[in-house]
Amino acid sequence: MLSTYQYPKFDYVRPPELDEGRDGHYPVVIVGAGPVGLCTAIDLARQGRQVLLLDNDDTVSIGSRGVCYAKRTLEVLDRLGCGEEMVQKGVSWNVGRTFFREDEVFNFNLCPEPDHHRPGMINLQQYYLEDYLVQRARKLPNLEMRFRNSVIAVTPGEDQASLRVETPDGTYTLTTDWLVVADGARSPIRTMLGLDIDGKIFMDRFLIADVVMKADFPTERWFWFDPPFHPNQSVLLHRQADNVFRIDFQLGWQADPEHEKKPENVIPRIQAMIGDDREFELEWVSVYTFQCRRMNRFNHGRVLFVGDSAHQVSPFGARGANSGIQDADNLVWKLALVMDGKAPATLLDTYGDERGFAADENIMNSTRSTDFITPKSRTSKTFRNAVLGLAEHHAFARALVNSGRLSVPSFLVGSRLNTADDAVFAGNMVPGAPMDDAPIATADGESWLLQVLGDRFQVLHYVADAADLDAASVAALQSLAEGAIPVEPIVVAARGQAPAGLRTLTDAKGRIRERYDLQPGTTYLVRPDQHVTARWRALDPARVRAAVARATCNA
Amino acid sequence: MALNTQPNLFEPGKRYFRAFSPGDDFYEALIETHRELSDEQSEMVNARLILLLANHIGDISVLREAMSIARAGVASKD
Repeated sequence: MLSTYQYPKFDYVRPPELDEGRDGHYPVVIVGAGPVGLCTAIDLARQGRQVLLLDNDDTVSIGSRGVCYAKRTLEVLDRLGCGEEMVQKGVSWNVGRTFFREDEVFNFNLCPEPDHHRPGMINLQQYYLEDYLVQRARKLPNLEMRFRNSVIAVTPGEDQASLRVETPDGTYTLTTDWLVVADGARSPIRTMLGLDIDGKIFMDRFLIADVVMKADFPTERWFWFDPPFHPNQSVLLHRQADNVFRIDFQLGWQADPEHEKKPENVIPRIQAMIGDDREFELEWVSVYTFQCRRMNRFNHGRVLFVGDSAHQVSPFGARGANSGIQDADNLVWKLALVMDGKAPATLLDTYGDERGFAADENIMNSTRSTDFITPKSRTSKTFRNAVLGLAEHHAFARALVNSGRLSVPSFLVGSRLNTADDAVFAGNMVPGAPMDDAPIATADGESWLLQVLGDRFQVLHYVADAADLDAASVAALQSLAEGAIPVEPIVVAARGQAPAGLRTLTDAKGRIRERYDLQPGTTYLVRPDQHVTARWRALDPARVRAAVARATCNA
Repeated sequence: MALNTQPNLFEPGKRYFRAFSPGDDFYEALIETHRELSDEQSEMVNARLILLLANHIGDISVLREAMSIARAGVASKD
């Protein structure tokens, strides 16, 4: 098979513990250098923590695997300092089209609003994502990566966890204050600890083929129900980087994976789909089944589970890697505060609660998509085909067509970290909301709201003209920067520069005011992971401090 | 009143952040209503459901329009 990508081979370095004859101790150890483990490690290391990342392999993901990276993921990667290269290499798209037999019945736009920095989705082979994350990680001197270091035993304790690690040169022991488990869907560590993960297996098989070809398919997601070239089943087409196309054929439960994977059986399916004799080459073929399941709890004392080790979904909706990276986004600031002694360990329970809520939402949405795509009964299939038949002419039916509800972040409205509104606001930027992006202008030029937010608590205080900010407000905003958990004050204004050197964002197109329903005096408190946690119609530093205490379990 | 064929599903008191959510809530409940029924039982459930909903709608002109759209394209002679 052809290869458009040269797999890197990461050097194995003999760990010092083998020679020093003593156990190493680290403040935080992360196991698994997939997308989620790498993001967790990078985020912690960026924030000055000493991080050890262990992986049992010495290269990136074999095969393209996770392909779709959502807007929210790109915003997290931007915060980690590596979003731009992903977007440059990946294929950006917003439009998905759904076909029933020969006709288009429905299309959607993931980002129908203007003035957002990142697209609804990019398609990028997982090996590129991991490759770029490893490159980003290498720039962080306090992040040590150890390849071909395989964890073979874990002993959790009250104040730390102990790991037995196997290398080509022998085994060693290390201890860590915090163990982040990112070792994937089969999670050996979850198994070692005897922890359960519950859910269901779906009785269906899917063939995925990565095909290299020159094709003029537009950069859109195309999904077919019951197409003439693959009757009674579904087909999904995505364009990736390097003219690689991902084609996903539903096969049914009875299909024989070994038979279906043979090139002589795959090639005719692809020829039937592209419908002409253009040349193509197979790059990677796999047959998969899937399950939807999650652990009851994601945090177990000193052991924290993230990504597929904690929860899995069907692939329809790209809610696997995307939700895992949001786990990292949610966990890291909380873990950093707990490690610094600035928040109690109960803050980590809210990681489990918030990401458990998100996992339930992801499992619900991907299960619904799966049930629509692969109906389980005759009646279910009749309803499905009735929806598809009505969809061409009737808008209500188009809204019911479900070929995958693509990854979007959860609104954490039920989180105990939120402070309830005491005033009326229009729009969706409620406490718990993942923040909407918007264009801004600053002293340094044009940028985006989400490019300047993150990594710490911040307050956004709105006035029409920043230059008019009164002395009392200036003093109040400045006072927030002091204290154990500092809050960075930011003035948002239609025009002007705030006095006393206060950071000022100009709402260049009025989108912040529109999306956040800003009025003069409106004040938002936002979390280090770019979620709203409290908002008021006037600035009151005491209430801001109370909301910070609540958002860090210090209340 | 004419038949409304625009998206119209909602649940009182529930706030939706995604446009697809109310329709998906309904569709899941619909399929769940048929869980573990035989095909014959499902047909009976569907018939009863139509009768209940028709009575709730009340306006026979609306029902005639819906019946006409539902039939169009299903029987070959239409």
